[in-house]
Amino acid sequence: MSLTHKTAAELGALIASGEVSAVEVAQAHLDRIAAVEPQVNAFLHVDAETTLEQARTVDARRAAGERLGPLAGVPIAHKDVFTTADMPTTAGSKILEGWRPPYDATVTRRLREAGLVILGKTNLDEFAMGSSTENSAYGPTRNPWDLSRIPGGSSGGSSAAVAAYEAPLSTGTDTGGSIRQPAAVTGIVGMKPTYGGSSRYGLIAFASSLDTPGPFARNVMDAALLQEAFSGHDPLDSTSIDAPVPSVVEAARQGDVAGLRIGVVKEFGGEGYQPGVLARFHETVELLESLGAKVVEVSCPSFTVALPAYYLIAPSECSSNLARFDAMRYGLRVGDDGTRSAEEVMALTRAAGFGPEVKRRIILGTYALSSGYYDAYYGQAQKVRTLIARDFEAAFGQVDVLVSPTTPTTAFPIGERADDPMAMYLADLCTIPANMAGNAAISVPCGLADEDGLPVGLQIMAPVLGDDRCYRVAAAVENALESRWGGALLSKAPAL
Amino acid sequence: MPYDEALERFEPVLGLETHVELGTASKMFCGCPTTFGAPPNTHVCPVCLALPGALPTANAAAIEATIRIGLALNCSIAEWCRFARKNYFYPDMPKNYQISQYDEPLCFDGYLDVEVNGEVVRVEIERVHLEEDTGKSTHVGGATGRIHGADYSIVDYNRAGIPLVEIVTKPIPGTDRLAPEVARAYGTELRELVRGLGVSDVRMEEGSMRFDVNVSLMPRGSSEWGTRTETKNVNSLRSVERAVRGEIERQAAVLAGGGRIIQETRHFHEDTGSTTPGRSKEEAQDYRYFPEPDLVPIAPDPAWVAELKASLPELPGARRKRLQREWGVSDLDMQSMHNADAIDLVEATVAAGAPPADARKWWMGELARRANEAGVPLRELRITPDEIARVCAMVAGGALNDKLARQVLEGVLNGEGTPDEVVAARGLQIVNDEGELSAIIDQVLAGNADAADKVRGGKIAAVGALVGGVMKASRGKADAGRARELILEKLGVSE
Ligand SMILES: [Zn+2]
Repeated sequence: MSLTHKTAAELGALIASGEVSAVEVAQAHLDRIAAVEPQVNAFLHVDAETTLEQARTVDARRAAGERLGPLAGVPIAHKDVFTTADMPTTAGSKILEGWRPPYDATVTRRLREAGLVILGKTNLDEFAMGSSTENSAYGPTRNPWDLSRIPGGSSGGSSAAVAAYEAPLSTGTDTGGSIRQPAAVTGIVGMKPTYGGSSRYGLIAFASSLDTPGPFARNVMDAALLQEAFSGHDPLDSTSIDAPVPSVVEAARQGDVAGLRIGVVKEFGGEGYQPGVLARFHETVELLESLGAKVVEVSCPSFTVALPAYYLIAPSECSSNLARFDAMRYGLRVGDDGTRSAEEVMALTRAAGFGPEVKRRIILGTYALSSGYYDAYYGQAQKVRTLIARDFEAAFGQVDVLVSPTTPTTAFPIGERADDPMAMYLADLCTIPANMAGNAAISVPCGLADEDGLPVGLQIMAPVLGDDRCYRVAAAVENALESRWGGALLSKAPAL
Repeated sequence: MPYDEALERFEPVLGLETHVELGTASKMFCGCPTTFGAPPNTHVCPVCLALPGALPTANAAAIEATIRIGLALNCSIAEWCRFARKNYFYPDMPKNYQISQYDEPLCFDGYLDVEVNGEVVRVEIERVHLEEDTGKSTHVGGATGRIHGADYSIVDYNRAGIPLVEIVTKPIPGTDRLAPEVARAYGTELRELVRGLGVSDVRMEEGSMRFDVNVSLMPRGSSEWGTRTETKNVNSLRSVERAVRGEIERQAAVLAGGGRIIQETRHFHEDTGSTTPGRSKEEAQDYRYFPEPDLVPIAPDPAWVAELKASLPELPGARRKRLQREWGVSDLDMQSMHNADAIDLVEATVAAGAPPADARKWWMGELARRANEAGVPLRELRITPDEIARVCAMVAGGALNDKLARQVLEGVLNGEGTPDEVVAARGLQIVNDEGELSAIIDQVLAGNADAADKVRGGKIAAVGALVGGVMKASRGKADAGRARELILEKLGVSE
């Protein structure tokens, strides 16, 4: 099997034992990127020399007798919303074109320290706002399963890169489903850790109270290894949790659901859901039952209003977070011809630098926070958030995890929802509640929809700091389904 | 309208907002230093420059300092409160929002007693909250140093993110014609209180303490408050007083002429003591406050707050009463020392061994005069309480008289060294050599035969002129008392 089709765990072991060098592994992935990028467009930035230099460092450390960690020398692609001191960072926006951060995000720094080799930066919806990666200022990314379809979003470059074997691992961020939904529609694993479990320092903010860095991988164990490598308390992020957490790698290894209580969220299913998605979902629930889990239906009534509440809170925070892009200190500057005031240059730059979806959300958020509207919009939305957290709490009094389809539909065609924001927003219907309450949630492949032969994801939601439960159940599903399928779901994808 | 006439017709209501830059080692939300005067944009980092992805972390020392200020102002301390974002665009504010506090201030509902003309006025405190300072814009070109008309502007972000405490009074009615004095006394008292807590250097000339002054007027006999104006960034205590007075006069003239007061911010002009309009409330911003999601709520442990309260230093009012007793000075003298910001200096001079009366005499006399001439605050003079105490000791020991002592002070202020070094270098010892003194007296008697005769004839008062002659001839170095004795002895007169 070629190096690009191995798991991250396998690659790490091969490099640690010296069977292959980190440089060979990096080169294999760079070659794959060169071959498939013209079709996929997952990357915004690839710089072979910087990548190989990192790989050579890992090889040198090994040659010097250093014992390497499990992921040392394993290549990774970072969503272009994490700052990288040696590569540009754009957030998929024209307003940051060419900006080179002087510092590493905590996630990138920790992974660098763990020896992972950065292949490049991946495409995304501008400032992580979207569900299709069509909102990138640098063109859409295509789904490796069907190049006419979207790879999900906002972390669509990261999901496509992993699904297209351009990288064994990638990072993403999940604000309303931006990791789980792309993972589901590209047939890979994507995890939204507990809010505060992974540091936001150096993550270009969309909505601060919701943004959560997380891993993409082609299997559950790789995702767990990656999450464990970048997680943990970070004094640079005040909202980072300083508490011991159960090992997610250990949970992924166990992959056992016997005796576990699993709740099916009653509110997610029925009208608006693709039949093939629901069919795979129900089969998987039956599978879990056959593995010894106790399945019950659980009602979480407030989940039905999570989406509108989310579209008040996230835009409100974004309207403030994106105020710093004002042409004064970095990034694009438009109209600075010596005749215009600072205020005019700010306005011209923001008009030229932000795309339509970003502007839509800034306007929405500015309105929702305005005096006289705050209580009716932002204030109400915060109350809904409390209700969602209570629903989760009540549910986790009865069950250990909650399950639902990750998305109502499989990957839709590029362009289909581009002019219909409401239809686009529905892609995150099932994923948003976990963001609103800060819970852990994962998406794991559970089959192909009959109608279109495209991947379907199962979402597993766990309590705050219950990340290990997500991995434990996901690993059990993965084991059972892969033995049924005779391999990973992704092996059914057409060759690029 | 003249002040007296304004006060006959209207009653003022005051309000003061004070910003104090805290003297913490690092900024409010990052690790950058806070020292004043560094080259522009050298005390900056990803956080205080608001680079994409950077996040704030709250400075615990600043939170503690704010709570101590609140406690000293008799405030309640919030058991749980949050920072909030105040959103508006301005080039010197890197994030285009200021992290501040909105409806959940750290401290609230306190008071500060101030004394004006021997009367105690209780100023109620509405809130004390914590926020971050902005950067500093310099507008180049144009006439006024303001942004309009400037050729270009430059921004220094060293100040951006320095912890700033805002102290807001409730409206202060009932001050009547003493409104300007009350405003100043409040400022003076607050400055001393903050300095006594050791949380800020409160240097008004460097902007580490600045006032916004609110004034409204209501017609005599009315109980309905008028529209208020807010005069921004008043940077000295004297200016606070002048700004209140000026605004009362201006508003009275507008109202008396049938006009109405516009709710607006105004700028104070040091040169004229008047104010001019800034932004009116009609075009004021909607700051779209919301809780800062990048920071966790502040929940001070009540036991810790109680400890902070118990360990507060003696507060200025109580301290002044104690010192007044110890020094045996009048209310008026104490008040003038307070107004001149001289109490710390006198106290330190007394601690260094000087008698209170002498310490006060020098600081409030010669040194106050020199500070005034140089246009610097008293405590900025290049002389220490220890040095003043040394000079006092030399006078008491007879080595110097007052005139020589003034010359010693001048030398020290000129940077000529310690008092002893100045005495040595300038040769300022009193002439104690009896032979030399005797020779000078003989000379003076010879040149002033008339006066000498008068003394011999019993008009002892005439000896003053002779002593003066001796002092002049000795260029002030003679011991005047001893000279008088010797003159009388030589003339054969006894008292
Ligand atoms: Zn800084």
